[in-house]
Amino acid sequence: MTDRSKLAPGYDDLHGKPVAKRLHWGRWMAAGILVILLGLLVRAFARGQIEWSVVGQFFTAQAILAGIVNTMFMAVLAMFLGIVLGIIVAIMRLSSNPVLVSVAAGYTWLFRGTPLILQLLLWFNIALVFPTIGIPGLWEGRAVDIMTPFVAALLGLSLNQGAYTSEVIRAGIISVDEGQHDAASAIGMSRMRALRRIVLPQAMKVVLPPLGNEFISMIKTTSLASVIQYPEVLHSAENIYFANSRVIELLIVAGLWYLIVVSALTPLQMLLERHFSRGTARRAK
Amino acid sequence: MTIRPMVAIRNVDKTFGSYQALDGVSLDVMPGEVTCLIGASGSGKTTLLRSVNQLHPIDAGAIWLDGELLGKRQVGQHLHLLSDREIARQRRATGMVFQRFNLFPHMTAVQNIMEGPIQVQGRPAREVRAEAMDLLARVGLADKAGNYPSELSGGQQQRVAIARALAMKPKLMLFDEPTSALDPELVGEVLAVMQELARSGMTMMVVTHELGFAREVADTVVYMDAGRIVECGAPTQVLADPREERTRNFISKVLK
Repeated sequence: MTDRSKLAPGYDDLHGKPVAKRLHWGRWMAAGILVILLGLLVRAFARGQIEWSVVGQFFTAQAILAGIVNTMFMAVLAMFLGIVLGIIVAIMRLSSNPVLVSVAAGYTWLFRGTPLILQLLLWFNIALVFPTIGIPGLWEGRAVDIMTPFVAALLGLSLNQGAYTSEVIRAGIISVDEGQHDAASAIGMSRMRALRRIVLPQAMKVVLPPLGNEFISMIKTTSLASVIQYPEVLHSAENIYFANSRVIELLIVAGLWYLIVVSALTPLQMLLERHFSRGTARRAK
Repeated sequence: MTIRPMVAIRNVDKTFGSYQALDGVSLDVMPGEVTCLIGASGSGKTTLLRSVNQLHPIDAGAIWLDGELLGKRQVGQHLHLLSDREIARQRRATGMVFQRFNLFPHMTAVQNIMEGPIQVQGRPAREVRAEAMDLLARVGLADKAGNYPSELSGGQQQRVAIARALAMKPKLMLFDEPTSALDPELVGEVLAVMQELARSGMTMMVVTHELGFAREVADTVVYMDAGRIVECGAPTQVLADPREERTRNFISKVLK
């Protein structure tokens, strides 16, 4: 206990005095202006030339529903292949074999360096370069039959995704402490087993947030496959408005579906992130 | 008949770039003995320890573990490098404890201990779990089996790390400054576990700055400087009555 009589004089004890609330004039004004602007925007759309009943009518149309299923199917499949490819390429880049490193770097350079829509058109028109494809002597087929819109879109999207994902995975692997490799080696693990059991699970924590981003972006990027006639949701919407001229209404339908799918993914990503951050300090007690 | 050393190190050189980390090091570690390696940082003691566990290749010389040449095979007049798989197999005979624990953060204490026996040795989980629980009890952490490393103190983490190394039933235990990253009040609990391990007859090589531990537990103390062994002998001699000027200087600095 401090002897109060020995403390310097002139400093009154303010203990227990009430603290007045601050008036946040700036905040109130900013909020007010924004609400007014948003109101005007909503009014403009409500009065604009949009037939909202058409939006409702086509929202659950057969072609649109089939389109969103195709969108999801393509996104999930291309993302899965992209991640597999990304892991392989990341491991190649981190190997000590100079040929593997160069090939992996070249792959990333090529597919990140060209527009995706160009890659899709290239795959779709590959028959112009190779009329027949296959393994000589074993099996061959006509490229036009094999390179359907589905195959071309899957190939283009996953190869492109693999290039981006490999960089994300590589960053994740590098972020794992060097001591973890030592510890895994010290209990006699081979390099591949250490990667699978020790390094990759820890890299996941770093990799998941950007990968979630990539997946969301992938769902929307599948719309590019409409240029090569893959029947995803935007393609379906286009086909309908070519027939009935309700361009904006059908674009709104497609837009709403993208928003719904992306919103549904956010909690899923949170669950995954929680799973892979187990054992780290920031846990709810 | 002479006893075969557990570790025989002969004329080992190791450079990192232009830096000579080990310079013609030779040493025997006898079975059941505790050898403490002391010396200033950069003297090569950690490099020597990591060489014994083949965490990096050596440039010249040879190391035998329990009579088996490490990292190479003699074929006629030539030496052939072993494959990564064979090196991984040889490493299973040694357990290693690191300065910064290096527990696997995504696994609980008991999972950390079970990882090697299950994944590397392919033993049944039920049997391994029972052994892991025994090991946790041995290091005084039976109640922490389900805790993640982040929920344990440094001393507790290091004791789990010792249990993890012991789970592989090694012939030799390597300790790389096991108490240097610990708060002073946590050093004792780790040293106590190591002392118990030494008493049970484990062969140990310990890089340490704890001269008190070396004096009490070591059978041999090795003083290293600039990648060479300067002095090597019983703790009563090396620590209490060093022959070399450099050893005397080092010990007086550490004790100050």
